[in-house]
Amino acid sequence: MTAIPTTDEHHPHHPFLQHHFEDLGQQHEASTLGMWMFLTTEILFFGGMFCAYAVYRMLYEPAWVEGAHHQNLLLGTINTIVLIGSSLTMALAVRASQLGRRMLTVWLLIATLILGSVFLGIKGVEYHAHFEEGLFPGTHFTYQSPLAPKVELFMLFYFGMTGLHALHMVIGAGLLLYFIWRAWRADFGPEYYGPVEVMGLYWHFVDIVWIFLFPLLYLIGRHH
Amino acid sequence: MVTPEPAHEQAPAHHVTPLPIYFGVFFALMIFTVLTVWISTVNLGVLNTPVALGIAVVKATLVILFFMHVIHSTRLTWVVIVGSFLWLGVLFVLTFADYLTRAWAIY
Repeated sequence: MTAIPTTDEHHPHHPFLQHHFEDLGQQHEASTLGMWMFLTTEILFFGGMFCAYAVYRMLYEPAWVEGAHHQNLLLGTINTIVLIGSSLTMALAVRASQLGRRMLTVWLLIATLILGSVFLGIKGVEYHAHFEEGLFPGTHFTYQSPLAPKVELFMLFYFGMTGLHALHMVIGAGLLLYFIWRAWRADFGPEYYGPVEVMGLYWHFVDIVWIFLFPLLYLIGRHH
Repeated sequence: MVTPEPAHEQAPAHHVTPLPIYFGVFFALMIFTVLTVWISTVNLGVLNTPVALGIAVVKATLVILFFMHVIHSTRLTWVVIVGSFLWLGVLFVLTFADYLTRAWAIY
């Protein structure tokens, strides 16, 4: 490291500036672009499931309506509000880190973590109710109906899509713990907040997936 | 220094979104959430699903533009995002070009 001469003496080397970048602006731009490249693969990953969902919904619409009626609309709506609330606190945490407000960043990240945990807890309550109803696909599927096999397929999509969404939330919660520690350590400020921004991009993406899952899994055929 | 820096270097890293925009977007997302729940109980015929998805697209666009700061992002970022949705469109269009044209299936 010390062998590399510093050509610009007016700009001392920032401790978090990687040597292959010109400056922190370029580093910030590269990391957000890189995160978007990753989110592109995530969009297509979830997109494949949404596409399969759409094909089978087209084929088995009545079973999809029946399955959706076994969802808890109240809990689903509360969870939507909780998750969008966590996106707000995440966005405010990015802003706080931009402004160099250390403890505000820490508290907003903690708030995001708490709201994310509330979401997962409510999701757990819903999953428990589905198990009780015998709606978990496989050998424990005891739900009785003329459309039962197709409702089972709906529930397979339901558990697959919300389960992968929840997995992303769990990973996000783990990342938040790391970022709470780094924010507390005063790593971030007006010059260097890229990692918080990238963390935010991930969290908001997971929020967007839920924004589509909610109407597609809970709000089908409610007007019947 | 009077030398203007290239626009792509510092601008995106130093734009601080005003608080009213964040709270305004959050408020709009809440309104759209209540709206989509309410409108799902209204019989719109075949339009229920398109309306629900339309509201979801508006909500997602608000999150992407303001919470994810894409409105202030570089054009290269825009290309990546638009490109990803184009490929998502290819996935759906080609899949349904098959399933919607199977004359022997009853829809």
